[in-house]
Amino acid sequence: MSEKEVKNLEEIFEARIARDEKIEPKDWMPEKYRKTNIRQISQHAHSEIVGMLPEGNWISRAPSLRRKVALLAKVQDEAGHGLYLYSACETLGISRDELYEQLHSGKAKYSSIFNYPTVTWADMGAIGWLVDGAAIINQVPLCSTSYGPYARAMIRVCKEESFHQRQGFEIMLKLANGTPEQKDMAQDALNRWWWPSLMMLGPTDAESVHTEQSMRWKLKRKTNDELRQQFIDQTVPQADLLGLTIPDPDLKWNEARGSYDFGEINWDEFWQVVKGHGPSNKKRMKDRVGAWERGAWVRDAAMAYAEKNENRKVKKAI
Amino acid sequence: MNNNLYNYIIGIADNSLILGQRLGELCGHGPSLETDIACTNISLDLFGQVRSYFQYAAQVSGDEKTTEDTLAFLRIEREYKNVLLVEQPNTDFGYTIVRQFLFDAYHLLFLRELENSKDQTLVAIAKKSVKEVSYHWRFSSDWVRRLGDGTTESHGRVQEAVTDLWMYTDELFHQTDADQAMIATGVGVNTSALKERYYQMITEVLEEATLEVPESKYWHKGGKQGIHSEHMGYILSDMQYMQRTYPNMEW
Repeated sequence: MSEKEVKNLEEIFEARIARDEKIEPKDWMPEKYRKTNIRQISQHAHSEIVGMLPEGNWISRAPSLRRKVALLAKVQDEAGHGLYLYSACETLGISRDELYEQLHSGKAKYSSIFNYPTVTWADMGAIGWLVDGAAIINQVPLCSTSYGPYARAMIRVCKEESFHQRQGFEIMLKLANGTPEQKDMAQDALNRWWWPSLMMLGPTDAESVHTEQSMRWKLKRKTNDELRQQFIDQTVPQADLLGLTIPDPDLKWNEARGSYDFGEINWDEFWQVVKGHGPSNKKRMKDRVGAWERGAWVRDAAMAYAEKNENRKVKKAI
Repeated sequence: MNNNLYNYIIGIADNSLILGQRLGELCGHGPSLETDIACTNISLDLFGQVRSYFQYAAQVSGDEKTTEDTLAFLRIEREYKNVLLVEQPNTDFGYTIVRQFLFDAYHLLFLRELENSKDQTLVAIAKKSVKEVSYHWRFSSDWVRRLGDGTTESHGRVQEAVTDLWMYTDELFHQTDADQAMIATGVGVNTSALKERYYQMITEVLEEATLEVPESKYWHKGGKQGIHSEHMGYILSDMQYMQRTYPNMEW
């Protein structure tokens, strides 16, 4: 293809983006658009499956049958999200095995929030309420992202996430209205998950290397700082309702802005966790890689069996 | 209270409870996303069934303090009446699948008969569960075929699991006093009548899977009397952790 032809295609592509048209797998797209999408969608898919681990940690210890069933269903939903996000990503010409390889080798990132340990039952509430709450804020705009398969996957994901968030809030509500021990457990969970939840929405706009291009291509529809503010404004009244205190002495309603002012985020901690030195990074990766390696003989068997069956069919047909 | 009916319901429910708990341990650690989703789904079905049985048992007990959660979390080990098979550990995916397979065949035959019980609550639970368990059986027997007739390694591993877990199959048909009393009144399932069909079902699959049917006739039992393997205490200390650490609270 000549340079002029490529330029032409680029112009058509940009015009389609400007008209808010969806880009579909077979459409021409700039290589960088394809790569950015792979990065973003796979990062999201990886977050779903790594995110199964901290919550999976409490399935065997859930305090009631009702909670156990709800938690199992939630973690199963996350596996489902992983599945359709990987599928959406595969439409861009990369296989699930390659994506796993990127995750296991540490080349691909996943949401840093999952590198914190779940140490009490209240963490199941805090994750649902705060982490899923932040995820929804991040993800709702993605329902109108420019890449068709991703946008459609996100519509389904968001429906389930809002259910998870309500479930998490309900766990917190029960604790907050419970015994002093339960209330302490809830407050302790909020103390530990609040700041990581704010960090989860990504580095500040000034530090975010991908934001500008992603906004222009409508892969991203709001900046990290906008999303963070929205999350805080939405969550503070919910904490009030629970009777819990957000662990930020600088948190204050700003009448002029119509938003909450909040304290300084510890970005050193954020970068430390992103770089692999959070409290649970190593354990999460060890669990993921371990499950994958322990499962190799099972996947090989399934392939071998499918091949044998195929040959049997062919022989029968002859 | 009708002690026999109560004990009969507990006997059925505990199998699903402990197997569901075992499967729940695997969530996020399976060989592929698809098998992870399937195992979690089976666990969910089993816990759903447990809730129906325990709610019924609580009602039969006539004791206001008995609930589905006191039954699940606050009994002592000797009071759990599940068979030894379901408490066996997730040694590897082969053991997990074979344990499931050996239980599903029994569970399916059992529920099909329970649908004809004279107890309408049990009939309702059986009708709902039988659909779920037909899927469990399809999943586990398909995987036994794949692993048995897959690679040399998978064949060896799954054969080992079959040989090891075989000795727990006979207990599935063991009848307690409560079982016999319930069979006599037309409420319970006469499991003796299912035995031949059971071994036929699993033998067919094992043969298709090119696996050997173990010849051993040395059986292990005790679970139905509440005498469990050493694994059980650890299962319970996990499962009961919250209820034991924080007594008398609502979650």
